[in-house]
Amino acid sequence: MYSDKVMDHFEHPRNVGVIEDADGVGTVGNPVCGDVMKMYLKIDDNEVITDVKFKTFGCASAIATSSMATEMIKGKTVDEALELTNKAVAAALDGLPPVKMHCSVLAEEAVKAAIEDYRDKKLKEN
Amino acid sequence: MIKYFDNAATTALDKDILDKMMEYFTDRYFNPSSIYTPSISVHKDVEESRKRVADAINAKAEEIYFTSGGSESDNLAIKGFAYANRKKGKHIITSCIEHPAIINSCKSLEKEGFEITYLSVDENGFIKLDELENSIREDTILISVMTANNEIGTIEPIKEIGRIAHEHGIKFHTDAVQAIGSVKIDVEDMNIDMLSMSGHKFYGPKGVGALYIRKGTNVTRMNDGGHQERDKRSGTENVPGIIGIGYAIETAYKDFDKNVKKITELRDYYISEIEKRIPDIKLNGDRTKRLPGNANFSFKYIEGESIMLLLDQKGICVSTGSACSSKTLEPSYVLLSIGLPHEIAHGSIRVSIGKHNTKEEVDYLIDSMVEVVSKLRDMSPLCEEEK
Ligand SMILES: Cc1ncc(COP(=O)(O)O)c(C=O)c1O
Ligand SMILES: [Zn+2]
Repeated sequence: MYSDKVMDHFEHPRNVGVIEDADGVGTVGNPVCGDVMKMYLKIDDNEVITDVKFKTFGCASAIATSSMATEMIKGKTVDEALELTNKAVAAALDGLPPVKMHCSVLAEEAVKAAIEDYRDKKLKEN
Repeated sequence: MIKYFDNAATTALDKDILDKMMEYFTDRYFNPSSIYTPSISVHKDVEESRKRVADAINAKAEEIYFTSGGSESDNLAIKGFAYANRKKGKHIITSCIEHPAIINSCKSLEKEGFEITYLSVDENGFIKLDELENSIREDTILISVMTANNEIGTIEPIKEIGRIAHEHGIKFHTDAVQAIGSVKIDVEDMNIDMLSMSGHKFYGPKGVGALYIRKGTNVTRMNDGGHQERDKRSGTENVPGIIGIGYAIETAYKDFDKNVKKITELRDYYISEIEKRIPDIKLNGDRTKRLPGNANFSFKYIEGESIMLLLDQKGICVSTGSACSSKTLEPSYVLLSIGLPHEIAHGSIRVSIGKHNTKEEVDYLIDSMVEVVSKLRDMSPLCEEEK
């Protein structure tokens, strides 16, 4: 059912954890629907994402897309990270079964939510 | 080596039953309806198999009709009975935790003007007898409640349901697909008028089942054709399958006490170890009135498909009621019916132990479960919030 890449990221997810002093944190999804994703970003003065961690409650594709998304945005600028789409994440995993595409939307949304949180904090600081 | 803990989905065909089936594929391929000598002898064997099935549930051979499995038996019982008795009434009572073969047969009948009451269940999955009594109407023709539930293993009070049905002159059908070989069934004592079973759930072959129809119960055939199975189910008989299901049910009840004892002990061991070693869980279904092999747990903060797939990586086969493993993206309706919130239903894993499982396998299952649950909880944002 799942590609080898999905299974690899599901079984050995990259960047699991929390960042205590994160510059941006985003939580999306709903336990009622079966998927919740929490993304932590560390962002430097040049708006480059220097570290990413995540925690996910969900199925294999939710966990694999979280893991892949963190790899794809690490080292990118905030603006670049905002361009990440769920389709790009799914493609990087060699595809997801059609019924599972909805699980990948959360990864895109989690990145956006974390960056929004970062920008909100920035605004308040200034 | 595969550690198979999904015996409610299907079981391994017994080798010696396969051996007995083989000659009907090859040397004795004859059509039991023909009237030359080799066919007559095959026909005789089919009838002996019918007798074996009948004896196992205290029915008469002429009350057993072979089908293609549990789903067909359920369809024939529900629709066939409804069509044959529509002049008497259009109301049928069933439960909300039936197998889709029953629920969807009822949905089809609703489109044709029948009215269906879907009884609710309590937190352990039992229907309520007072709700049943209160649902009975002048035009109720049939009550259908499963003997045991496939997901949570709850064994329903079949004998009492049958008694209530008969007190009101209503016929009673039970889907015993999960119960055969795990629960002793006597259609006389338990007031059963129709009963569905399926060979592959008790170490028999797939694609063969039976429907018991008590004499005097009118059922219209769903399959038109050459009048086989005394005109209830046309089509040349699946002779090897029929031979197989006959031996399988005979074996199931011959070894009943031994198997049930062993399976129950393994199941209770699994339940007690999981409860000892993993916090924040819930056992779904009743603690005692449950199928011997069934253990269904919800593991809070994590999701069932993930648990299932990590166990699969360790060579373990189980099943889940999570939404993400279903096509509808809704968690199991059975788990919702017993009142589980969605987020708890998502994290459910059904283990169904069978006669071939060993203590070593169950130990491996328990250790793997502890490891997998802890790995997924470390990854879960819900866990963190709770603490
Ligand atoms: C309670 C119940 N009824 C009916 C069926 C359908 O049986 P079959 O697969 O033989 O059609 C099953 C099998 O999953 C079942 O568990
Ligand atoms: Zn999912």
